[in-house]
Amino acid sequence: MADRIDPLTLAVIRGSLEQVADEMDATLERMAFSPVISDGFDRASGIYDKENGEVIIQGPRGLPNFIYVMEHTVRSVIGRITDIAPGDVYIVNDPYLGGTHLMDVKMVKPYFHRGELTAFLANSGHWPDIGGRVPGGFSTHATEIYQEGLRLPPLALFKRGTLNQEVLDIILHNVRVPRERQGDIIAQVTSLHAGAEKLTQLIDRHGRDTLFRAIDELSDRSERLMRAHIEAIPDGAYTFQEHIDSDGIDWTPLTIDLRLTIDGSSVHVDLSNSSPPCRGPLNSVLSTTMAGVFIGFKHVFPDVPINAGCFRPFTFDIPPTTFLNAQEPRPVSGCAAEVCQRMIDVILGALGQALPEKAYAGPMGTVTNLAVGGNDPLRGYYVFYSFIGGGYGGNHLTDGLINGNPTLAVARTQALEIFESHYPVLFRQYAIREGSGGAGLRRGGLGVVFEFELRRGDASASLLGDRGRFQPFGVFGGKPARTARHTFMLGGREYTPEHLTKDEGVSMSAGDVLRLETPGGGGFGDPRKRSPDLVAEDLKLGYYHRQTAEEEYGVVPSDRNSKTGSD
Amino acid sequence: MIGGFDIGGTYTDIVILDPASKTLRTGKVGSTPGDPSEGFLEGLMSLAVDPADLQLVIHGTTVATNAILERNGCKCGLIATKGFRDILELRRRDRPHLYGLTGDYRPLIPRYQRLEVTERISAEGEVVTPLNEDELISAAERLVAEEVEAVVVSFLNSYANPAHEHRARTLLQQRWPDLFVVASSEVLALFREFERTSTAVVNAYVQPVMSRYLTRLHGYLSEKGYDRDLLVMQSNGGTVGTVSARERPVNTVLSGPAAGVIAAAEIAMESGFHNLINYDMGGTSLDVSLVVEGKPVFSSGREIEFGIPVMLSMIDIQTVGAGGGSIARIDEGGILQVGPKSAGAEPGPICYGRGGEDPTVTDAQAVLGRINPYYRIAGGSLDVERARQGIAKVLGQPLGLSTEAAAEAVLAVAANRTIGSIRRISIDRGYDPRDFALFSFGGAGPLFISHLLRETGAQIGLVPYYPGVLSAWGCAIANLQRDYVAMVNRRLTDLTSDEVIAQLEAQQAEGEHFLNQEKVALSRIHVLREAELSYEGQTHQLRIGLPAGGLSLPGIRAAFHDAYLERFGASRDQFCGLDTLLEELPVRLMNLRTTVIGIRAEYAMRDLMPSCQDPPASALKGTRPVWSAGEWIECPTYERAGLSRGAELEGPAVIEQHDTTVWLDDSTRAQVDATGNLVVRLL
Repeated sequence: MADRIDPLTLAVIRGSLEQVADEMDATLERMAFSPVISDGFDRASGIYDKENGEVIIQGPRGLPNFIYVMEHTVRSVIGRITDIAPGDVYIVNDPYLGGTHLMDVKMVKPYFHRGELTAFLANSGHWPDIGGRVPGGFSTHATEIYQEGLRLPPLALFKRGTLNQEVLDIILHNVRVPRERQGDIIAQVTSLHAGAEKLTQLIDRHGRDTLFRAIDELSDRSERLMRAHIEAIPDGAYTFQEHIDSDGIDWTPLTIDLRLTIDGSSVHVDLSNSSPPCRGPLNSVLSTTMAGVFIGFKHVFPDVPINAGCFRPFTFDIPPTTFLNAQEPRPVSGCAAEVCQRMIDVILGALGQALPEKAYAGPMGTVTNLAVGGNDPLRGYYVFYSFIGGGYGGNHLTDGLINGNPTLAVARTQALEIFESHYPVLFRQYAIREGSGGAGLRRGGLGVVFEFELRRGDASASLLGDRGRFQPFGVFGGKPARTARHTFMLGGREYTPEHLTKDEGVSMSAGDVLRLETPGGGGFGDPRKRSPDLVAEDLKLGYYHRQTAEEEYGVVPSDRNSKTGSD
Repeated sequence: MIGGFDIGGTYTDIVILDPASKTLRTGKVGSTPGDPSEGFLEGLMSLAVDPADLQLVIHGTTVATNAILERNGCKCGLIATKGFRDILELRRRDRPHLYGLTGDYRPLIPRYQRLEVTERISAEGEVVTPLNEDELISAAERLVAEEVEAVVVSFLNSYANPAHEHRARTLLQQRWPDLFVVASSEVLALFREFERTSTAVVNAYVQPVMSRYLTRLHGYLSEKGYDRDLLVMQSNGGTVGTVSARERPVNTVLSGPAAGVIAAAEIAMESGFHNLINYDMGGTSLDVSLVVEGKPVFSSGREIEFGIPVMLSMIDIQTVGAGGGSIARIDEGGILQVGPKSAGAEPGPICYGRGGEDPTVTDAQAVLGRINPYYRIAGGSLDVERARQGIAKVLGQPLGLSTEAAAEAVLAVAANRTIGSIRRISIDRGYDPRDFALFSFGGAGPLFISHLLRETGAQIGLVPYYPGVLSAWGCAIANLQRDYVAMVNRRLTDLTSDEVIAQLEAQQAEGEHFLNQEKVALSRIHVLREAELSYEGQTHQLRIGLPAGGLSLPGIRAAFHDAYLERFGASRDQFCGLDTLLEELPVRLMNLRTTVIGIRAEYAMRDLMPSCQDPPASALKGTRPVWSAGEWIECPTYERAGLSRGAELEGPAVIEQHDTTVWLDDSTRAQVDATGNLVVRLL
């Protein structure tokens, strides 16, 4: 290639593009009001192609779930807005127009350089509430998207630099605790402007032509790297099946049936035998399903930079007759976290068969979305949203991590003390869930116990999790992990949701308790091959108990360090 | 005479400052990690200094940080609120790598040494469940039976009401007077239970190690006739005596690097530069920090490694793996990458001839003639030919570049990582590098000064007279300092200015009490007041300075609002009218901070620097081939010590000194200022 870009410029531009996206993420998290954005990092920022929305760069600390989704968001702006102008900022959360679930609110800014449309900047942030029938948006009994909250197709929040007050008013009149959402809007808009300023510096420095040639080259190189990894996988078809407990309404499992065909340097992802669309909110939109596939690959091949190039080796068969490509008006609040994670699980499962040297046992596979809203007599109306970690699977290198964050996220848990100072709750326990990891040569990581009491007023709690029926899987003789177990104490009586991990609008009064016990990760390899010294140490740490050591690891412990009893 | 020492993992640097004779002498010897006092004495001997002649010894130490990184701190126990002993191990729910689900985590205190007692305090500070003292004692008995040396008491919401932690500490100390006991709220009285617990645990974990180290070193110096206190540098750039350092070793996690920043601020201030971007590039890492209006910029904490945060006010030093030893390679995607992996001291760069095969930044410098092949710190000469071959084979051929072009590309990529770091710490925080001078130190830093001047937009580059021992220098001139923080977490409208002032005055009184107890002569005391605020509902806070005298709460609100707009780009017209919405929101005062500084003495650096009176021509050592602007030239080389005040040089030129090399490319010139600094400007 005669006009090949020199390696030095390429390296410099790659670093600089990451810095632009990183700056956008940093601004958003510093300014956001939503704790799940500012403290939990449930957000992402990036730069996208002006013609087709393809991702040019996404912030290295952004939430992985959005890596593919945002292309669709930008594409829907390109497709629907006919008078894109400098100074515009669009807001969109419609899952069927490039969204995930309604709570993930995206903003898109067309970026003009010297009067010419040059790229799009976009970000996404999880709002703790978006209106709808229950605080927090996780309505497990919803049968239509209309019940899940306010749905925004791409709308101009700013037109040529002027705020569209009517759009803002509609939003703020339809969400709970609007004052805080107003702060999130400011944060998202400011972050886009900050990114635009840095991008201008970058273009002025290198010239538009060089920059975009470098971008093309970077995406070609990502593609080559991804293809090199795929080439190394033996050709053939690999299948893996996993299940979602239920859709929240019908007690019927939903199956993801993956057939992964490796052919040279290409991958074909066939999900056409998966379950049909469901009545409840465990449907997934196409872009979120595909994001799960890419995240799964990225966990196995972490060195491939994310841009449009790394998606090119993939073809898909995900027909609308499956719950993985739901069509409106199906409800979808469970797609972003639960279905997407199960999608990651099946990719890890299939690739683990193909490449045992990079294999993982199944991670906890659920984020256990929890949203609670109410009126605190001391501090007024509130909605909080949180999600809970679990154990990772034992893997080709190490034991599974205890309390890892969801595989689709980089989000941290908010501090309990911040919860208690903002909301009328008192925690009773936050602890390692003993015995929850699968036994293995490398054992699974452990899940957690997360238990709190409502201190004041009444509240409405919704829970959208999974893995109440189907255990995270072990590999190569490793054992599966424990399932989730969630219990309310309401007026002194124990209440377990009919769908175990899914319920909505549970009325809580002062003194009532919610206890969440999350799954661990599966075990890797035959537990009987784990060294007795490590088993003794595990027992001493209380990661599992004597019965497990004897029955699964085949080790009879000396009495001193082991708790008796079963897990 | 005052002795400043920076005891690093590899070298012990010494600066002997003699206010009477107005001299400053420097030395560098190998560290002796087994017993740091050996290196200490060897350093003194190398400068022919008798410990008995020292009026004060101040030192930076890596004892605390190394104990954590090497996991050889003490056996500790943790006593937590019932239900919460695993807070330390659960972290904030994260993972070591963004992508890839490998890696596990071992907390500093294993689970079987973490016990629970019944007690509970609410976020409002009310006692929900009283402390069960019997359980406390029996938990401590179990830990003592396990032979722990230190116990951390960390209860939920102790930031709001520390009564239970205090009571527990008192009971344990009464019963076991030799046990180290750390109450989390005494180390850090802020919310976020994991970070607070982690900070307290780090303190306990290194406390016996630090204590033994100080006892031994101080005892040793006493034997040699030194009869004063031994001061220790903290991460906040101030020093404390041995009593305080034993009590709060967690304050020393950035001991050495912080001292370097203090020296930079002082030296540059005297040259008339109040805004600095410091970059300290050594063998394996690059430390970047900022000085604004003469004062180092602070952060509220850092993660020592995955899952081990320390949340204390400290100089904001951003560290990346980019130094002279950083390895250059071509990644699987065919892109040239430099670092973060380093060749370290062993085997080191290829040109050291100790078996290194991976080309490094230093190899690229050697290949381009920028460093003198006969002038190496550790003795011996450089094998430049071997470095050429390595760069050609590993980088040049695959990239289709000549060896020189490949070496230049390595330096440009390394510089770009530095620039990225500089941007993150400046532009990303609302500072414009054009308003800053670039202050360059560390062995590998000044070679990049020309490149960085061009690329960052900074107008001036500064290279101090002794760039290789800056941290020891900082120790020699450092002041005493303590920081206090108290959590308020109330709406401004629910407070009175009297309450705020009372809190600040209490902090100040505690600080002054501390200074009075230290056995160090002070010339005056300086007090700084700051507040951290947020709009209600936000979890991130913004710190603003408070006036020394009277306070008005509406004034604080207005100052916060202005600072917020400034920080997030109002100057860039980025709020588009949304800022008026912010004005309607309640503002919460989260924390009040007071810094109390005991100023020891103020020295004029210019009086301490050696000065040469000879004309620049006499500093000219000769010429050698150097790659400059795409061709080989015969480049003049100068001896730094031979350059008199006011001397001017124009690039291309190489300026050599025993601990670093300055490279002036053809777009720069330099002048020696009255303080002995080399002031570098673009032509």
